[in-house]
Amino acid sequence: MGIMRGVAVVGIGHAKFGRRTDTTLGELAWEAVKEALEDARLDQKDIQYFVVGNAGGWSAESLPAVIVGEYCGLSPKGTMRVEAACATGSAALYNAYLAVASGMADIAMAIGVEKMYESPTPTVVEFIGRAGNYFWEFENFGLTFPGYYALYMTAYMNRFGATEEDFCRVAVKNHYYGSINPKAQFYGLKINIDQCLKSRYVAWPIKLYDSSPITDGAAAAILVSEELARKITDTPVWIRSVGVATGTANLSRRPDFIGLDAAYQAAEQAFKRIGIEHRDTWKYFDVANVHDCFTIAEVMAYEDLGFVERGMGIQLVRNEQTYKGGLIPVNLDGGLKAKGHPIGATGVSMAVEMTKQLRQGVEPRDRQADIYTGWALAHNVGGTGHYAYVTIYSLDKDGSPKVKPKR
Amino acid sequence: MSLEAKYEEFWRQSIKQLNEVVKATGLPIAPDEKGQYSLWYDVREMRLRFSISVERIKKFFDGLREGKIYATRCRRCGRYYFPPQVDCPYCKVSDMDWVETSGEGELLTYTVINTKPLTYSHYPDYIVAIARMREGFNVLAWLRVDDPRKVKVGMRVKLQVVKREPEGYLTYEFIPMEQ
Repeated sequence: MGIMRGVAVVGIGHAKFGRRTDTTLGELAWEAVKEALEDARLDQKDIQYFVVGNAGGWSAESLPAVIVGEYCGLSPKGTMRVEAACATGSAALYNAYLAVASGMADIAMAIGVEKMYESPTPTVVEFIGRAGNYFWEFENFGLTFPGYYALYMTAYMNRFGATEEDFCRVAVKNHYYGSINPKAQFYGLKINIDQCLKSRYVAWPIKLYDSSPITDGAAAAILVSEELARKITDTPVWIRSVGVATGTANLSRRPDFIGLDAAYQAAEQAFKRIGIEHRDTWKYFDVANVHDCFTIAEVMAYEDLGFVERGMGIQLVRNEQTYKGGLIPVNLDGGLKAKGHPIGATGVSMAVEMTKQLRQGVEPRDRQADIYTGWALAHNVGGTGHYAYVTIYSLDKDGSPKVKPKR
Repeated sequence: MSLEAKYEEFWRQSIKQLNEVVKATGLPIAPDEKGQYSLWYDVREMRLRFSISVERIKKFFDGLREGKIYATRCRRCGRYYFPPQVDCPYCKVSDMDWVETSGEGELLTYTVINTKPLTYSHYPDYIVAIARMREGFNVLAWLRVDDPRKVKVGMRVKLQVVKREPEGYLTYEFIPMEQ
């Protein structure tokens, strides 16, 4: 990437996630955009290009990017709406990153926004169930979104002897962190293993408490070139690498169901660019956000990202090694599971969280990771491994990550 | 009443209520589900039903009428395609054989859909499974069994053409292979 410029996050904004029937799409986006502009001490006129991640379908506006542009005072700057299913937010971030890295813009903004409560729940279930190969999976066999991931959970449990209780431990962890994150949908709502195990099946073996909720939300990040970064902030957080990959649309075209190949491929690319091997990668990162739309997804992420070997992800869970203070703290914001999963906003929300973590600005401190190497990783999957984005953040503008000190 | 009928009824009731609200207040504005915030309830409705081309894979559907399930196979590289497709993007050719599948497979994974999409709400909970067929490709379909507890990953299954009731259209599903 010799000709590309360094790109840093210098401003972040995050709306409260949840049932946001008190706002329109534009108003909700503005909560995040305003906060990001204030954080960077920039004005709309400084933003040269913005991109809007919005999956849509369940919400009224067909042209969300211009709705957001007008409401937030960003127009007449150029924009586009991007879609990569549940990785839409990371796609928006990637697009803004490319604009700055290539020199097409010096300052760009990535905005993710989703209004899922504009439709009744059955309509939303119907829409998400179609997130695969519509004709051959939904039209004839009525798969639901939990159903796609349940196919993975069954195969994983069968292969590695994992139990439903193991997966519930992921839900308990993420609810714990969500409960202390004021921006989370399930703020104040801790759960225990028993509650999770007793929750009803939505797609056996996936239960309600294995699943992320329907969420409205917005997040925004301002990206600038290396020339401007240090003029704007003392703590730029550099986007050091992005890996992007896809999986087959039709799940039956995949060889096995114990990991998401797209996520593995995206990780492989991302690690290569920063000069590290795709194994024992837990040792390079202080903190990570992974795509836990369902608990099985978080466990597969540990393995696809090479934190541990295939089949060992469940050991990380059993030994509570992904809590703060563990081998690799994961989803200290509550993850999709408890922070909520507003489809188009999730990836940008991850960028916000990773930036906040590396700046050591997370409140309360119980969910601030200890920062040793100054490196963080976000893993965002679209659909069931249909799209994958792995984005690596660092306080270092150059060089490869060091290894974390032994605890 | 099926969930779909209930949902239709729910819509009818909401529209009726909405009309009354408009009549009484002059606006389609009412509190949200939780009674918390004011929402404008859309007065326009959009119904979606798509029409999808099957022109180039008609043979597959003709096969269903004859009780056969076809895959396609590239004459150049020998790669199987299921669902069938008429182009091999790897060889960049459209030279395909239509081959009847053996129907014999081994279960790779499955789930039971408990919370169903609205348009599936009239069926009892159904099992969606993926099996590896003898030829090497995978098929995703419903698995019909009397007792879901008897389903095991690795079990042998047979793919067969069935009529999907109550709609009455032809499709395919797995049944356990007889021992």
